[in-house]
Amino acid sequence: MPLDLNRVHMPEQDPAQRRRNFSEVNLGLDAEAARREAARCLYCKRPTCVDGCPVHINIPHFLAALRDGDPDASARRIRQDNSLPAICGRVCPQETQCELACVLNKKGAPIAIGALERFVGDHALRQNLAAERPAAERTEKIAIVGSGPSGLTCAGELRKLGYQVTVFEALHALGGVLTYGIPEFRLSKAKVVQPEIETLRDLGVVFATNAVVGRLATIEELLNAQGFAAVYIATGAGYPQFMGVPGEDLNYVYSANEFLTRINLMEAYRWNAAATPVRVGRRVGVVGGGNTALDAARSALRLPGVEEVHLIYRRSEQEMPARTEEVKHAREEGIIFRLLTAPVAFTGNERGDLAAARCVEMALAEPDASGRRRPVPKPGSEYLLELDSAVIAIGTQANPIIAQTTPGLALTSKGYLQVDEQGRTAMPRVYAGGDIVSGSATVILAMGAGRTAAHAMHFDLTGQKL
Amino acid sequence: MMNNFNIINKNQLSPDVWRYTLSAPDIARKRRAGHFIILRPLADSERIPLTIVSSDQDQGTIDIIFQVVGATTRDLAGLRAGEPVKDLIGPLGHPTEIAKHGTVAMVGGGVGIAPLLPIAQAFRAAGNRLVTILGARARSLLILEQELASISDKVLLTTDDGSAGQKGLVTAALEPLLVAREIDFVMAVGPVPMMKAVADLTRGFGVKTMVSLNPLMLDGTGMCGVCRCQVAGKTRFACVEGPEFDAHQVDFDSLRRRLTMFREEEKARREAKPSGGSHAA
Ligand SMILES: Cc1cc2nc3c(=O)[nH]c(=O)nc-3n(C[C@H](O)[C@H](O)[C@H](O)COP(=O)(O)OP(=O)(O)OC[C@H]3O[C@@H](n4cnc5c(N)ncnc54)[C@H](O)[C@@H]3O)c2cc1C
Ligand SMILES: Cc1cc2nc3c(=O)[nH]c(=O)nc-3n(C[C@H](O)[C@H](O)[C@H](O)COP(=O)(O)OP(=O)(O)OC[C@H]3O[C@@H](n4cnc5c(N)ncnc54)[C@H](O)[C@@H]3O)c2cc1C
Ligand code: SF4
Ligand code: SF4
Ligand code: FES
Repeated sequence: MPLDLNRVHMPEQDPAQRRRNFSEVNLGLDAEAARREAARCLYCKRPTCVDGCPVHINIPHFLAALRDGDPDASARRIRQDNSLPAICGRVCPQETQCELACVLNKKGAPIAIGALERFVGDHALRQNLAAERPAAERTEKIAIVGSGPSGLTCAGELRKLGYQVTVFEALHALGGVLTYGIPEFRLSKAKVVQPEIETLRDLGVVFATNAVVGRLATIEELLNAQGFAAVYIATGAGYPQFMGVPGEDLNYVYSANEFLTRINLMEAYRWNAAATPVRVGRRVGVVGGGNTALDAARSALRLPGVEEVHLIYRRSEQEMPARTEEVKHAREEGIIFRLLTAPVAFTGNERGDLAAARCVEMALAEPDASGRRRPVPKPGSEYLLELDSAVIAIGTQANPIIAQTTPGLALTSKGYLQVDEQGRTAMPRVYAGGDIVSGSATVILAMGAGRTAAHAMHFDLTGQKL
Repeated sequence: MMNNFNIINKNQLSPDVWRYTLSAPDIARKRRAGHFIILRPLADSERIPLTIVSSDQDQGTIDIIFQVVGATTRDLAGLRAGEPVKDLIGPLGHPTEIAKHGTVAMVGGGVGIAPLLPIAQAFRAAGNRLVTILGARARSLLILEQELASISDKVLLTTDDGSAGQKGLVTAALEPLLVAREIDFVMAVGPVPMMKAVADLTRGFGVKTMVSLNPLMLDGTGMCGVCRCQVAGKTRFACVEGPEFDAHQVDFDSLRRRLTMFREEEKARREAKPSGGSHAA
């Protein structure tokens, strides 16, 4: 049979239309398109795509059921490896993972694994396919701290094993970055994130919002006073970093977390209906080149009154850590890319409102420790970029609350939690994973860590290997 | 930890100032002087920070005192006793560092007198002599005078209009005490211009002064950075690293400017939603 190199095209909203709304950009495949794409797979004996996936999802296994026109079976298969396929299908950097490793990538047409994963995940949610129920109930209570993808995955795995699971979340809403960070136009809260959480609730996971562990109850108290057999810490790396340049305290200079939280969590995108404001003016500058920066830039573009959004990144497009698809979408929507550019100061007016960013152009020198070419300022290249607001999206650090209130934990020099390969911390019965261990990474890695730790907990509590 | 944050008691202290007793047993057990909470009165309100003024572990309650200044505090004032506030987290921030300094001047301005009360009680309990200076625009706006008087060795009042105590600002009452070298430590809580004036005054006398800062806040857990303040030239997140800082290191002008960030939106909201009507779920 000849190779079919017609990779399926993900239907999307037209750029001119979508840049003014917060609805999902990607519209999803229909059943026939999904079946055809799955039929394109070679079902390799040694599927290299699986090696490319950080959690080694058995990709041909779920594709085969799709090819055979049985999406229910496909959903059951993928859920054995990945409890949140509708989410990963949308946000995983497939082009550097499974799709990069697909043999058909050499021919320029890798299987659209992400789009198919999304299709199967959406199918499961639409059909309300019941999640696997615990075979038998266990009496042990387990506490999960943080309701991001890592905590949710760990909760789901443990609940399937029959444990009594409570997820504690500091905010009033569940989902971590999936809810407060990644915008609606990339990941629908109502269609995807909320239903995934409801699935866990149906399974019997208990959620306690408004619970800042460490301040309210400490880890030690959860274990000893409240009778939890074990704790999984998945508090993320949500402590925004600033650049340390003059003028960063001016009004309308936001951290990406603040900006996105106002828009997503506090629903400022509903504009007039929302109590929590966000003010951006006409010209917005976003500093950074990762997913967070692109999400901030594209969110800004969608706010009323915004005319120009400048993405200010100190390296070139090649070095941008964001997903390729987001960069493409951002360009189509009209984000202005100011590459090889860095702000060295912000200047304001007499009221303390931002007026401009003083930018300098950069050149790339030899690679640095991260393997990327190091940007160095070009002498005499400074210029002023007039801005009404700016968003700093240059990364995050470890949140200090758990570390400050849990003396038994071992920390890295940057304040992240130290764990062994299975997610065990220095404290007995305490496990950790996701961004609070790795530093800011990806949804799928955070989920993988949650699953690994759940299995380690089960082993430590029962002696049974999974 | 799944509380219903019911309003157990609702009291009016002055035309715009309310004292609520809220059911929050887990927080009541943990809270210390200097801690605050973040609450959201209704599902469509903002999240705002308020100091825990007192707590009762046996009853499982905490008290807050707040002044109605905008839409959210109005939503809160619109709730009736027996109704819950939608969301509430705490205890947040570092508790006050309590030590025995000798004579401590407790300086409170306006509704800043509310956060001052638990701090004063803690300093008192640690064996300090307290001189309490309370300032307000007018007599009718002075709150908690009795409670503070009962733990203070001396209480001085100042009002803008002279309707109670000395006419003028709190600094006018504080200065002679500093001149007389009567004060070993100062704690000041109130509007930014008041805290700045106190800091400028005590700096000259070399008297250690702490202030409790009141920047805008959103999550209260270190996630958003809106609460960042400039202290000793560094960016500090008041919700996790404060809210109390060394007054002589604080950039009050930055704080004052940042508090005006959403003035237009706040005004529009105040006007758009005339009555903070009670429509809690
Ligand atoms: C804007 C943005 C876009 C992104 N885009 C992508 C993408 O496209 N693809 C991708 O793979 N990755 C993306 N990422 C990264 C990804 O979202 C994270 O790696 C992932 O969410 C980490 O999961 P987590 O569960 O470890 O932590 P988080 O998702 O950060 O969740 C941690 C949760 O713990 C809670 N918490 C913190 N402290 C406490 C406490 N003391 N008590 C109780 N609860 C607490 C927090 O409130 C939060 O809800 C993005 C990140 C951001 C910010
Ligand atoms: C740690 C901390 C503890 C606090 N404790 C108390 C307390 O015990 N009692 C109390 O009444 N208030 C306290 N505040 C202030 C309180 O949070 C604000 O008054 C409240 O957020 C106003 O919300 P609003 O929507 O009603 O008014 P908005 O419409 O948001 O604001 C109305 C006016 O108040 C000003 N304002 C807004 N937020 C603040 C703020 N954080 N501080 C000072 N002025 C502000 C605005 O600039 C504006 O002029 C505290 C603040 C912090 C940070
Ligand atoms: S989880 Fe991510 S990397 Fe793994 S198969 Fe799915 S899309 Fe690819
Ligand atoms: S490598 Fe590509 S073609 Fe081979 S099994 Fe995986 S997805 Fe199919
Ligand atoms: S209030 Fe968000 S970091 Fe302090």
